[in-house]
Order: sequence, then C-alpha cells, then structure tokens
Amino acid sequence: MYALISIASGVASGLIGFYVGVGLTALVRVAFGHSPWDAQISITVGYIFGLVGWLMGIGMWGAWGREWFGLPTYARKAPGWQRYFVFNSDHKVIGIQYLVTFVVVFLLAGLLAMVMRAELAQAGNQFLSNDQYNAVMGLHGILMIAVAVAAVIGGIGNYAVPLMIGAQDMAFPRLNALTYWLNPPVALLLLLTPALGGLETGWTAYPPLSVLTENAQLLFNLAIITFGLTSILGGLNFIATIIFLRAPGMTWGRLPIFVWSMFVASWLALLFTQGFAAALLMVLLDRAFGMSFFNAEAGGDPLLYQHVFWFYSHPAVYIMVVPGFGLALELITHFSRKPLFAYKYAVGGLLGILGLSGLVWAHHMFTSGMPNYLHGPFLALTEAISIPTGLIFLSALGTLFMGRLWLKTPMLFAMAVIFNFALGGVTGIFLADVPTDIHLHDTYFVVAHFHYTIVGGEIFALFGAIYYYFPKMTGRMYNETLGKLHFWWMFLGFNVTFFLMHWPGILGMNRRIADYPSSLEGVNLIISIAAFALGASFLVFVYNMVVSWVRGPVAEANPWRARTLEWQTSSPPPIENFPAPPVVRGHPYEYGVPGAVHAIVPTPMPGGAPAGGAK
Amino acid sequence: MAATATSLPIAEHAHPDPVHLKRVGLWLFFFSESILFGLFLSARFFLEGIEAEHLDQALGLGITIVLLLSSVTAYTAETAIEHDRRGIAIWGLIGTILLGLVFAAGVGVEWSTAEFSRHEAFGTVFFSMTGLHASHVVSGIVLLVLALIQLLRGRFNSKDHWPISGVVMYWHFVDVVWVFYYPALYLVQGV
Repeated sequence: MYALISIASGVASGLIGFYVGVGLTALVRVAFGHSPWDAQISITVGYIFGLVGWLMGIGMWGAWGREWFGLPTYARKAPGWQRYFVFNSDHKVIGIQYLVTFVVVFLLAGLLAMVMRAELAQAGNQFLSNDQYNAVMGLHGILMIAVAVAAVIGGIGNYAVPLMIGAQDMAFPRLNALTYWLNPPVALLLLLTPALGGLETGWTAYPPLSVLTENAQLLFNLAIITFGLTSILGGLNFIATIIFLRAPGMTWGRLPIFVWSMFVASWLALLFTQGFAAALLMVLLDRAFGMSFFNAEAGGDPLLYQHVFWFYSHPAVYIMVVPGFGLALELITHFSRKPLFAYKYAVGGLLGILGLSGLVWAHHMFTSGMPNYLHGPFLALTEAISIPTGLIFLSALGTLFMGRLWLKTPMLFAMAVIFNFALGGVTGIFLADVPTDIHLHDTYFVVAHFHYTIVGGEIFALFGAIYYYFPKMTGRMYNETLGKLHFWWMFLGFNVTFFLMHWPGILGMNRRIADYPSSLEGVNLIISIAAFALGASFLVFVYNMVVSWVRGPVAEANPWRARTLEWQTSSPPPIENFPAPPVVRGHPYEYGVPGAVHAIVPTPMPGGAPAGGAK
Repeated sequence: MAATATSLPIAEHAHPDPVHLKRVGLWLFFFSESILFGLFLSARFFLEGIEAEHLDQALGLGITIVLLLSSVTAYTAETAIEHDRRGIAIWGLIGTILLGLVFAAGVGVEWSTAEFSRHEAFGTVFFSMTGLHASHVVSGIVLLVLALIQLLRGRFNSKDHWPISGVVMYWHFVDVVWVFYYPALYLVQGV
C-alpha cells in the first residue's frame, strides 16, 4: 500500500509536470507567434517539469523540498519490502535498489544481445531490417553502458562503502536518494526510443546523423543528460563521505582498497561526466534551435563532438573498471587469506589511472581526420596507462602467490577478472598503436576488446561482489554449487564468444552492421551459439538469487571470516550500521599476522564475529 | 584480540560540522560545473578561433559591472546575517536580486539586437554560452528569492544561515564564470 501510494503519486505528479511544461511552452510560443507544438522544445521542457514532478511526488517534496520554503520535513515510512519503493535515504536500501534495478536492466540488455547474435548467425538479413538492427544494437549499447557505470558504483558502492569506513550513512543521504530516483525516468525514456524510430546512431550519438535523425535521439539525449547528473551527484557524495566520515583511526593508509577505487572512480565521474552532458547538450541545441555546432556548412565541425564526447567516454571506461579492480583486489586478498601485496603501489596505480585518464581520449579518433600531430602524443599517453594498470595486476598476482586460496564463488569471479582483463589489456595495445588501429578500427576486434575489459573486468567483479555480499545484504546464504555452476558456465561462454570475435575483426568484419560477407559465416555461427550459452548462464544466477533470498539457509554474520569493517556487524546490518562506533587500530588485510587487529567494535552483536575477524 | 567493552576508549562516529560538509559538497559541484562551462568555452575557440562578430561593447561592459557589483551586495548580505544584522541582509539580498535581473535583461537586449544569427558558428557559440550562463543566473535568482522569503519570515541568524551562505557561494561561482566568458566573447578580436 505504501509502495503503491509512493509510486502512484510520483507517476501522477510526473505526468502533471509534463503537461504543465508542454502547456507553458505552447503559451510562450503562441505569445511569440509560433505554432504551439515543437517536438524538440515541447518534449524537452515537458520532460524537465515532469522530472521535477516525479521526484517531488515520489517523496522528495516531503523529505527535502518543504525545507526550501521553511516548512518542517517528514519522511514516508514503509515497512518491510515496501521501503524499497519510497524516497528512502538509507544507503543500504539505496544500494539494493540500484543493484536490483541494474541487474534487471543488464538481463534486458542481454536479451537484446541475443537478438543481435541471432541475426548475425548467418550472413544476409534474417528477421531484422537494417533499421531494426540499429535500434536493437543502440539500445543494447546504451543500456549496458548504464549498467557498467551504475551497477558497481551505485549498488555495491552505496551498500559497502559507508560500512567499510565505519560510517552511519553517506555524507548527503537525501541527495543519495535523489540520485537513485533519477534513474527510473532514464530507463523509461530509453525503453521508449524504439517507439520514436529507434536509436540509429548507436550509443555514441555522433553528429551529423544524431542531429538529423528521428526523435528517438531526443529522448536519448534527455535520458543520458539525466543519467550523467546521477553519476555526478553520486560521485560528489562518495568523495565527501570518504573524506569526512571515516571512523576514528581509519587513516588513508588503512582504507580498504575497494574504498580507494571508489574514491578514484568518484573523482572521474564528478569531473568528466560533464563531457557527455556538454556533447549531448550541443546536439540538443543543434536539433532544437538550428544552431551550428556540428553543421560544417555554417562553420561548425563534427570533430568537436568527438573530442567533447570522448573527453568523457574514455575516462568513463575507468569509471566502470576501476571499482571492478578494487573489488577484485578486495576479494583476492580475503580469499587468499594473505595481506594485500603492495597495497601502497596498488593505491598508486589507482591514482595513476586517475591522473592519466583525462589525457588519452583522442585514441578513439585516429581515423577521424584529426590533425596528424595529435597521433603520437595520444599513442604514447594511452600506452603509458598500462603502467598504473600493471601495478594493480602485480598486486593481485603477488597476493595470489603462495596464498591459501579458498575457491568460493566470489574468488572464482575475482580471479576471472585478472584473467579476462589481461586479454583485454593486451588487445588494447593494438588499438592504441596508430598503424594497427587504422586497420582494426570499427571492427569486431574492438567489440571483443571492450567486452573483455568491461564485461571481463567489471561485470565479472560485479557478480563476484553480488555473491560475496549476498549473505550481508539478505542474511541468507546462496547455493554454492549453483554459484560455481554459474561461474564456469558464464566464464566459458564469455571466453568462447569474445575470444573468437577477434578473428572476424582482424579479417575486417565491421561492427554495428547487420550483414557481413558470407565467407565469415562459420565463425559467426559458433560465436552466436556460444553467446546463447553465455546468456543462458544467467538463468542459473537468477534462480539461485531468488530462491536463496526467499528461503536460503540463514547465514552467519561473517561467513567469509573477513576482517574489514562491514563484516563486524550483524547480517543484515541494523539501520545505524554499527551498535557503537568502531575504532580502527590497524590494516584491514593482516590475515595470518599474529596479534594484528583491524578494528574494535565495542559491543559485538549477538552471533557476530569477534572484533577484527578470525584468522 | 577480543577486547572487552570496558577497556575501550569512548569512541564517536565522525561528526563533521554539517555546514562545513555542505560547503565542500557545493565546491565539488562547482568543480564539476566548471568542466561543463570550460567545454563550451573550448568549443568557442575550437570552432571560431579568435574570430568575433560585432557586439555592443558598452552593453557588455555595463552588464559585467552590474554582475560584479551584485557579488558585492551578495557578500554584504552574507556578512550581515553572520552578525545578526537582518536589515542589511534583507537589503543585500534584494539588491543582488535586482542587479541579477538587470544582468538578465541586459543579456536579453543583447540577444534581440545581435547582428548575427544563431544558425552561424559565432552565433552558435555566443548564444549557447550566454544562454548556459544566463540559465545559471536565473536559477540563482530563484534561489535568492527563496532565501529572501525565509529571511523576511524571521528565519536565519548568526548561528543558522547555511541557505544564504550556499546561495551566495553559488552566486559568486556564476560571477566567476562570467569573468572568463566576458573576455572570450567580447574582448577577443581577430586581427
């Protein structure tokens, strides 16, 4: 009932806002002697009003908006599962909201990939027209980008970071709730794009096509500018939280490595996301007002878009993969039962990526016609980024070396991250080098490369983290056998699919195109079959998660005997996280070091683990 | 290793000053916004180099002086409320709002008398940069009005005045952006 009221009032005031916005636009336009409706301007203004209406209706008005007018605030109370459907500022609720939302989006976007592979199983057009293929491909791309940006940072980050640093909540809890509730309109707009002509430009939205194409592009621009706002506000919140809310004694040198990776990714999101917003805003201005940012005839330049867009979208891959690295290192050290090898160098590696990531964007543009003198510097800077990445790899390998590996499902996923990203990193060298890139640009080699880095590097870490934190989030244990089955099924399906994809890429098979030469049929059929197997592996995951959440065995507070702070409280944690504030005394990862203590939590919960964790 | 509760120091959660925290949050937001403004500024030079069309220099200088003066009145309002001088704070906010409106009106005059169209490259960068900036000025005016209403209704004193400090910080930020945009649009001239 509470959930229904909350969602219904959000939708209702969102709709009212939309029509108010459209009406106001019509009034102003008529007053200036134009026709009352202009698709670009009316939809944009209506969307802005509707977005504000939706936020206020979902509960932001009561929890926050009233304060701006000097009125007392109140929060909607909702018991049990219904707390996930109201404007709830508890970081643990928001983390689970993000995680469930984006796992669902991941599965939807995965289905779209299945459609693409079915079409590509044979040469020629099977059951999709070229336009339909473009729409499916564009939607798959942008939904997966959203998953990669938000699932780990919004889901795992929101849930784990305040617990890991011993805080009660994020620095700005209401801003955190606002950040989550901006996401449903984004999903709605993106899912509406096929009704307005489909995304013809793919997720990169290059002009001039994005200026000239159907109005689906308009919805895309509005959705992604909103999504960028969630990314920026989320990053801002994490930075303030990590700087100011660490428990007493939690110095920068004792910060868990995942928190460090979140700190780096948050700075990247805060600073660079504006590039995507600016690029799409320019497209919007060209579309709505006939401006000439990208119209070469009137003095504009389409290359401007590529510079501004990649200024965000290359750092974006580090927003995606850096928290994945953090999770992989975190899991590897817990499940190797050894201190994290070269902690300081791993942190240095993360900071090195932060420093270099803004200086490499034009390696996406070697074939775009930008001035030749830019090729050398961007080649060298791009290759330089393998040095900090290498530090992170060495830290992972050094931790595994001579460790007492405990091969639970989360550990298998973390080790797969190292394996997959090694392949993704090596193929990256060929794409950073100008001579090889000119041949490989825009082929399936690129597709294979970025799936190896983002899916192999981040999505595997995400699933490892979901299994790792499942007992913490739900208080129940997942089925280990099914977890391992999911891992091996997904790992093999993923590697067969994307390893084979390098081959048609080297032979010149273009990405983003529904058809290919019939000589490439054999390998594409095998890729499609492997991709279907990869897709089917998630059925095991969904079954395991749903059944275990409902009636899995009750988990201990600390089933992994981990030493970091999030495991020193009950599972699931109480609303204030810790019964009393923890005091940090030493490093988080001193497994097997006699007498080492990470933190003291004054009054352990009944059934909780001893403070500092068992060895 | 398992220490008992009695032997422990009394610990407290980290409780930073909430106003300090909000101030830092706003600064982080400014960092992010600077990139957005910076990218439009870069687009101006990327597309047009240092070429410029004819603009009304007197009007440009005038609205720049008005906007800089409005930062002075905003600062006056903030300092006044810190010392519980409500009357000066109210007039400071009113002055800031009026100067802000004059600035926005000046941009409107510039837009309606411009000798170039938004369809050409210089028009594109001029209208988008001034429009982006003016939208921030207008949102700042809305926030100033909200703060003024609460001030007139008796809220805020030297202990509790974060909304005024916050909106004044935002106003200074919007002002600083214009300090970069004004020369890039008005003073740069191709030879």
